[in-house]
Amino acid sequence: MTATNPAIEVSGLTKSYGDHTVLDGVDLTVPEGTVYALLGPNGAGKTTVVNILSALLTPGDGEIRVAGFDVRREPAGVRAAIGVTGQFSAIDELLTGRENLRLMADLAHLDRVTATAAVTVMLERFDLVDAADRRAQTYSGGMKRRLDLAMTLIARPRLIFLDEPTAGLDPRSRRDLWAIVREQVADGVTVLLTTQYLEEADQLADRIGVLDSGRLVAEGTAAELKRRVPGGHVSVQFTDAAGLAAAAAAHPEATTDAEALTLRVPGDGSIAGLRRVLDGLDDDGVAGLTVESPDLDDVFLALTGHATEAPAAEEIPA
Amino acid sequence: MSTTYTVRDSATMLRRNLLHIRRYPSLSIMLVAQPIVFLLVFVYVFGGTLGAGLPGQEGGGDRGDYLVFITPGILIMTVASVALGTAISTATDMTTGIIARFRTMDIARVSVLTGHVLGAVIRTGFAVVIVTAFAFLLGFRSDAGPLGWLGAIGLLILIAFSLTWLTVGMGLAADSVETASNTPLFLVILPFISSAFVPTDAMPAGLRQFAEHQPFTPMIDTLRALVTGAATDSDLWLAIGWCALIALLGYLWSRRLFLRVPAR
Repeated sequence: MTATNPAIEVSGLTKSYGDHTVLDGVDLTVPEGTVYALLGPNGAGKTTVVNILSALLTPGDGEIRVAGFDVRREPAGVRAAIGVTGQFSAIDELLTGRENLRLMADLAHLDRVTATAAVTVMLERFDLVDAADRRAQTYSGGMKRRLDLAMTLIARPRLIFLDEPTAGLDPRSRRDLWAIVREQVADGVTVLLTTQYLEEADQLADRIGVLDSGRLVAEGTAAELKRRVPGGHVSVQFTDAAGLAAAAAAHPEATTDAEALTLRVPGDGSIAGLRRVLDGLDDDGVAGLTVESPDLDDVFLALTGHATEAPAAEEIPA
Repeated sequence: MSTTYTVRDSATMLRRNLLHIRRYPSLSIMLVAQPIVFLLVFVYVFGGTLGAGLPGQEGGGDRGDYLVFITPGILIMTVASVALGTAISTATDMTTGIIARFRTMDIARVSVLTGHVLGAVIRTGFAVVIVTAFAFLLGFRSDAGPLGWLGAIGLLILIAFSLTWLTVGMGLAADSVETASNTPLFLVILPFISSAFVPTDAMPAGLRQFAEHQPFTPMIDTLRALVTGAATDSDLWLAIGWCALIALLGYLWSRRLFLRVPAR
């Protein structure tokens, strides 16, 4: 792999199961040493992309090169170059944290001395020293994720796939994980991650691809995407249904949540736009108001014209 | 490439499986308890009567003769019992996330399976030693020399190896852990329709033909000859042949099941 080669090169990737199309012509290029985030809701095909790139699933059509290897003809080369942390915890719960890491070091064919040293380094770096000799089944969700990632990284892969790495984690564990990913990037590792959170893609990625029903509907830097999704939205909570109905009538572009008595008005990010919303409101009728920066729902609404709910199919498990 | 590392990866996976066996001892205890219970029931409940029906002894044999007669069969049931446990542990293992990780790694994939098989053979070794010790405790005595015992150990390892490849395949083929614990049950039932507990001559035609020609009978007869110090006959080669065949088919079947691309 030379510096001029992209770490990942995909063109015209398709995948379908019978009549059901999961990926419908995906093109993406990830230069070495950069972070690419695939952003999309459940069922968009994110995991399928990761499974194909890691040579777990055979692609339909398309040219796919990972770390310079053709995933169809040279899957062993792909496997030797990558590290994968999937959505579901890939640790051995009957083994201790130390034993899990040692298992990975041995399967990476490190010699005894290097393996022992690498295990110690990973335990320290991932804050698992105290729990090193406890069975992994006793670990918290955040610890399991850290161990999972440490197991992926102990072989020092140059290219890592992270499939929804922070799904189900509390905010602190999520930030810890982001810090680890940033360290890897600083070391020159290439990262492809999938996420449902715009914030996560924003925090970590150089480029973001928005995946919807098996197609990349937008691609660009976080700033470029946000420019296309200007203002996020304003959420207004009303004290009664009459107030909600009146405001909803005044803002036909807004979505209402009758149960929570909340109106969600898309904004353009300008003060004038915010003022227009505020001007129509009666102080007594409003229980609360929040101005939200764009989230995945806003991005989706703006880029695809439909909301993220009701995915056509469940994500294909690894 | 991965094939160069098959031995090393298999050793690593064996270490993992031995840790599993150590961390989950209740399964091992259950698997050893089953043949011991059979041994006790057959010797003390049925042994007096069945011993009297044994051929080749003046006026039939007694309970002690019957113990000697069934010990080889019980040892082979021990092997079958541990093999059943291997189907369960393989199926359980396939449900864990780490198997998905192994599939993404540049390792000799079949080492996941060889780890299970080698671990099971070691577990069988311990189980056989415990059950044999128990038989001695009940009064089992043998005229076999060291060569006989060595042959018996070799045969038991071979049987364990072949039955385990078969049950690893059953564990992989099972859609749930419950299924995996049910499909290999026939391995525990089959010894009953063999020369393990009564001489096949005493069975009605049909059943007798089945009992005489099913794989467990030459294995049991050969083991009986080895542990009692008698001379082995052509059954030895028949037993080895069956083991080789079962091991080969089990291996090919397991390998295909494990290497196939996940269906979804």
